[in-house]
Amino acid sequence: MKVSLFVTCLIDIFQTDVGMDTVELLERLGCEVEFPEKQTCCGQPAYNSGYVDKAKDSMKHMIRVFEQADYVVTPSGSCATMLKEYPHILKDETEWEARAQALANKTYELTQFIVEVLGIEDVGAKLKGTATYHTSCHMTRLLGVKEAPLKLLSHVEGLEMKPLPHNYNCCGFGGTFSVKMTPISEQMVDEKVQSVEEAGADILIGADCGCLMNIGGRIDRKGKPIKVMHIASVLNSR
Amino acid sequence: MAMKIGDKPFKERVSDGINDAFMRGAVASAQGRFRSGRLNAAEELGNWEEWRKLGEEIRSHTIENLDYYLELLSENVIKRGGHVFFAKTAEEANEYITKVVKEKNGKKVVKSKSMVTEEINMNEALERAGCEVIESDLGEWILQVDDHDPPSHIVTPALHKNKEQIRDVFKEKLGYDKTEKPEELALFAREKLREEFLQADIGITGCNFAIAESGTISLVTNEGNARMVTTIPKTQITVMGMERIVPTWEEMEVLVSLLTRAAVGQKLTSYITALTGPRQEGEADGPEEFHLVIVDNGRSNILGTAFQSILHCIRCAACINVCPVYRHVGGHSYGSIYPGPVGAVLTPLLGGYDEYKELPYASTLCAACTEACPVKIPLHEHLLRHRQEIVEKEGKAPVFENLSMKAFSLGTASPAMYNIGSKLAPTALGFFSADDKISKGPGPLKNWTDIRDFPAPKKNRFRDLYKKRQKGGEE
Ligand code: SF4
Repeated sequence: MKVSLFVTCLIDIFQTDVGMDTVELLERLGCEVEFPEKQTCCGQPAYNSGYVDKAKDSMKHMIRVFEQADYVVTPSGSCATMLKEYPHILKDETEWEARAQALANKTYELTQFIVEVLGIEDVGAKLKGTATYHTSCHMTRLLGVKEAPLKLLSHVEGLEMKPLPHNYNCCGFGGTFSVKMTPISEQMVDEKVQSVEEAGADILIGADCGCLMNIGGRIDRKGKPIKVMHIASVLNSR
Repeated sequence: MAMKIGDKPFKERVSDGINDAFMRGAVASAQGRFRSGRLNAAEELGNWEEWRKLGEEIRSHTIENLDYYLELLSENVIKRGGHVFFAKTAEEANEYITKVVKEKNGKKVVKSKSMVTEEINMNEALERAGCEVIESDLGEWILQVDDHDPPSHIVTPALHKNKEQIRDVFKEKLGYDKTEKPEELALFAREKLREEFLQADIGITGCNFAIAESGTISLVTNEGNARMVTTIPKTQITVMGMERIVPTWEEMEVLVSLLTRAAVGQKLTSYITALTGPRQEGEADGPEEFHLVIVDNGRSNILGTAFQSILHCIRCAACINVCPVYRHVGGHSYGSIYPGPVGAVLTPLLGGYDEYKELPYASTLCAACTEACPVKIPLHEHLLRHRQEIVEKEGKAPVFENLSMKAFSLGTASPAMYNIGSKLAPTALGFFSADDKISKGPGPLKNWTDIRDFPAPKKNRFRDLYKKRQKGGEE
C-alpha cells in the first residue's frame, strides 16, 4: 500500500526522530512510504489566529502537493483535523472545495490509519515502563479518533498503561494561545502535569507534537522525571 | 449592573482570577459536579446526540422564523389581556418598565433570576426612580447583599463564592449568627425573602422560553422563587431577550429536557412555572396586570450574519462548566455578565470589539464547549470567526503578528521559501539554545520560555534525514 507522509512542520524542524519513527513503523507494517518534498504546513497557525486568507494560500499549496496521493498519513491529530477542515474553509470556492474534499477523504491520522485502514492493532512493539496517554482535543473531539491509539498501546509488550485523570481537559497549548495568553496557559499545563503525576506514570505518550512540546517543555522546566514520547516512537520501539 | 463588569483591563482581570485561590477551588469543584451530572443525565435519557440534533433543529427553525413567532406570541399575550412592548434598546426597555412601575405607584419590586435585566441594567434604572429592587434567586440575592458583587456564571451566579464566604457576607451585612451549613444559610435567606415577597407590589421575571402558540411564559427554577414572584405581587413584568421563544409546548418540552440536563444534570428542575397572561376570571391566582417586554438590544444585528446560531443559546452554561480557561480565570475575568465560551462569542457581538477584543483569543479552541452544547452551537468556530473579523475586517491585529503571518504565508505557500526558512531556524535560534533546548527565547518565543523549555531546532530537518536515508538505500 502506498502512503504519502505529511510529516508536519513541527516534526520536520523540531522532532525529526518522530518523523523517522513514523516512516520506519509504516514500512514495517508493509506500506510503501513516500515523502512529497514540496509539503510545508497545514496552515493552522494562520487559520487559528484569524488570518484565513493567508491560511488559504498554504492550504491550496498542500492540496496541490498531495493531489496524486492514495493515502495521506500524518502523525498529528491536530494537523489531520485541519486537512479535514479544508473543504469547510474553502466552501465558497467551488473548484477548490471539491479538491479539498478529495484530500480530506484520503487523510488519516497515523494511529487511525493503522487501526482502520491497515486493520492492525498489534504492531509488535516492545517498551518497558509505566505510561499514560494524553488525549489531545482536536484528535478526540473534532477528528473523533479516541480508541485507535489506546488499542495500539494496549498491545505494546512490557508497557503498562495507566488512566490519566481529567484527560478531557485541554493541556493549554492552543497554538498561539500558549504565547498570547501565557498566564492562563501556565495554569492549564500545570494542572495537566499534575494529572500525569497523579496517574503514576513515568512516560507520557501523545499523538500531537504541539501538546507534547507544551507539556514536555513544562515537565523539563520543572525538572520532573517524566519522559515524553510521541506515539509513533513508542510503536516503533522494539 | 450592565453587561460590562469592572473597569480593569483584561490582563489584570485574568491575573486577579488566577490569584484567587478560593474562587478557583469553588469553580473547579463545581465544574466537576456539573460535568458528571450532565453526563449521567444525558446517558439516562439515551440517544443524547439525537436529542441535541432535535434541539438544534428547533432552535434554528425558530430563529430563522423569529419575526413570525414573535408576532404570534405578542398576539396571544394581548388576547389574554396582557401588554407587550418591543424594546429596541436597553434604554427603551428601562423607560417602559420604569413607567409601568411608576403608574402602579410601585415601591418594592421582587425579581426572579434574569440575565437580560442585568444586561440592560434595569435594577439601577428602577432604583434611580426611587424603587427598591430585591433579587429573589438565592445566588443573585447573595450577590446583591454583598454590595452588588457581579455574577460570575449565568446559572449559578455566586459560583465564585464558597459557603464560608457566604456565611461571612450574611454575618457582616445582615447579622447572621449561624454556621456555614447550606441548609442553615438557605433557611435564613428564605425567611428574609418571604418578608420581601409579602410587601412587594411589582414582580419582575426573566423568561426561559416564551411559548408562541399560547402566549405563555415559562420559567425554570430550583427554588420556586419565580412562582412567588408571579403570584404575590399585583403587577407582573416579564423581560425577555427576543430570541427566548419556542413555537409550541412540544418544542418547549424538548428544550427544557435539554436545558435542565445540560445545566445541572437534573431530569427536571424542582419548579417549572408557566404563566399565561394576567389572572382570568375564575382563576385562583396570578397577577392582575401582565406586561411582556421583548428586548432586542443588539440581537437583531446578529440575525442574518455568520454568528446567527449564537442566538440559539438556551443559557444552560454547559459550555462554561466544561471550559478549561474559565476553570482557571473565573467568570469576572471576562468583564461581562456573559462569561465562558458563550460569553466570549456573545459579548463582543453585543458590546463591540473595542471593549472585548481579547475574549475570542482567551480560548485554546479545544472545542470542549462545542461538544457540550445541548443545541450544538459551534462555539469554537464562532471564536475563530471573531478572530477572522478582528484581523481581516477590522484590521485590529498587532503589527508584529501581522508581519509574522505574512512571513508565514510566504513560507508555507511556497516550498522554496519554506525550505530557506526552516533551514535557517537552527542558525537563527542557535544563539539561544543550550544542548537541545531553549530556555530563554527571543521575540514571541519569550512568552513560551517564560514558563517552559522549547526544543532547539535540529541541525538536520526531517526532510534532510529522509533524503539521506533514501540515498543510502539506493547505494
Ligand atoms: S452556548 Fe450552548 S452550552 Fe453554552 S450556554 Fe448556550 S446553550 Fe448552553
